[in-house]
Amino acid sequence: MTTDTIAGTVVDLDDEGFLVDPTRWSEDMAAELARRENVDPLTERHWQVVRFMRRQYEETGSGPNVRMLAKLSGIPVKELYQLFPKGPAKTAAKIAGIPKPRGCI
Amino acid sequence: MHRIVVLGAGTGGTLAANRLRRAFGETDASITVVDRDDRHVYQPGLLFVPFGLAHAEDLVRPRGHQIHKGIEYLVDPIDRVDIEASRVRLDDGRELPYDVLVVATGAVLAPEETEGLTGEGWMEKMFTFYDPQGAEALAERLRFFEQGRLVVDVVEMPIKCPVAPLEFCFLADWFFQQQGVRDKVEIAYVTPLDGAFTKPVSSRRLGGMLEERGIELVTEFNTGEVDGPGGKLVSYDDRQVGFDLAVVIPVHNGASYVTRSPGLGDPLGFIPTDEHTLQSTVSPRVFALGDAAGVPASKAGSVTHFEGEVLVENVRRFLAGEPLDASFDGHANCFIETGFSKAMMIDFNYDTEPLPGRFPSSVGLPLMKESHLNHLGKLLFQWFYWHTLLPGRDIPGVHSAMPSAGKDWRQAADEEVRT
Repeated sequence: MTTDTIAGTVVDLDDEGFLVDPTRWSEDMAAELARRENVDPLTERHWQVVRFMRRQYEETGSGPNVRMLAKLSGIPVKELYQLFPKGPAKTAAKIAGIPKPRGCI
Repeated sequence: MHRIVVLGAGTGGTLAANRLRRAFGETDASITVVDRDDRHVYQPGLLFVPFGLAHAEDLVRPRGHQIHKGIEYLVDPIDRVDIEASRVRLDDGRELPYDVLVVATGAVLAPEETEGLTGEGWMEKMFTFYDPQGAEALAERLRFFEQGRLVVDVVEMPIKCPVAPLEFCFLADWFFQQQGVRDKVEIAYVTPLDGAFTKPVSSRRLGGMLEERGIELVTEFNTGEVDGPGGKLVSYDDRQVGFDLAVVIPVHNGASYVTRSPGLGDPLGFIPTDEHTLQSTVSPRVFALGDAAGVPASKAGSVTHFEGEVLVENVRRFLAGEPLDASFDGHANCFIETGFSKAMMIDFNYDTEPLPGRFPSSVGLPLMKESHLNHLGKLLFQWFYWHTLLPGRDIPGVHSAMPSAGKDWRQAADEEVRT
């Protein structure tokens, strides 16, 4: 765990760079979190996904995986990968300040 | 009299119904089990079919024979569930009202959801061994595969039995050596994960085992397209992996009636379920176990077996108006076949990653170590499956909660220090 300052707010990040406490997140932090993931600039389409992830987390306690994200948001999987090449669910969750979507094995 | 309806007569539905029958007298509860067909497949056996070590028809038994006396068994597809009215509607129009519904209809393969996979080359150079037809067809193909590049591709997690694709690689390495063509066959394992497996200790161990066998490991590969004629997998970020023969684990969905039933499942057809009580979050009368349940545990028979005990106790408590306090810990236990008549065992739960040591205690089977004994265990397990697990009995010495004795906890501690 590391402590960092993002958009003027001091926050704890876990080993993979996810916010430890999602309640510390604000929309101002998104652009800087996105830059760290090489998502720059953060367009309105990116925001649509980020806000969607955030809402899903607030409603269900976890962000969805990519196929579920596509079905729920109506944005095709292919486009989600164009927006977030390193993995849409994981990257968008990080930018949205929510925990890594619970992957299962 | 309580009315309990169980959807699905696979591993979870069968063992849950049989356990429920023992938990309730026949005058206290009626139990009805529904499945769309009467073929119960011993799914762990499918791994051996492509290598001629088992035949698909020997893995199938009638579902009805596994279900005990005093349980009504109906063979008919499910049309939908009405969770508001607490009623199941079957294809032929019959309606089954319930006080408790147990959803155990598993997961279905959806190869058509991956671009190109079921197009030109499907069942000729692209196969899956996750169903009996695919496993048999692949056996025919492998017998005559003497040179070229074999790629084993996991499209997306979660999948049933997450170790099976790795086992397939290990057995392929053994098989081609037996055929005397190993030096002319390349094997690659392609996964969306960032290593051979999910958790650090087992991921390193299994990754090392691939390396020892000269099997290439391609990680963080999210398959967007399978190009049969071109013989390549293409990822969403435009990386390519070439193949002459591809063994693909397709994405999984829940049963189709789930998405036809308003409010019952998530968009992929799995049932949102409390990971500890196994009560669904969509209706207090609905419980789920096995692959159908949307819990962050492995989709594996051992998990389903361990869930059974907790589910039945919580159904009993629910019907008695008591708080649900039976708690599932995510316990999973798998034999990993590694070739040359050896196997390795892993044991873990929601909180504890697979660790070395012995199972179930310090004088048990070796964990995370290849041995002939584990291979015998894997073969014997088929007997336990039909005669102990499905009847809903406990396997001696093996309990729902993960055992801690026998595990080498220093390995986990090491990991925490290092990261």
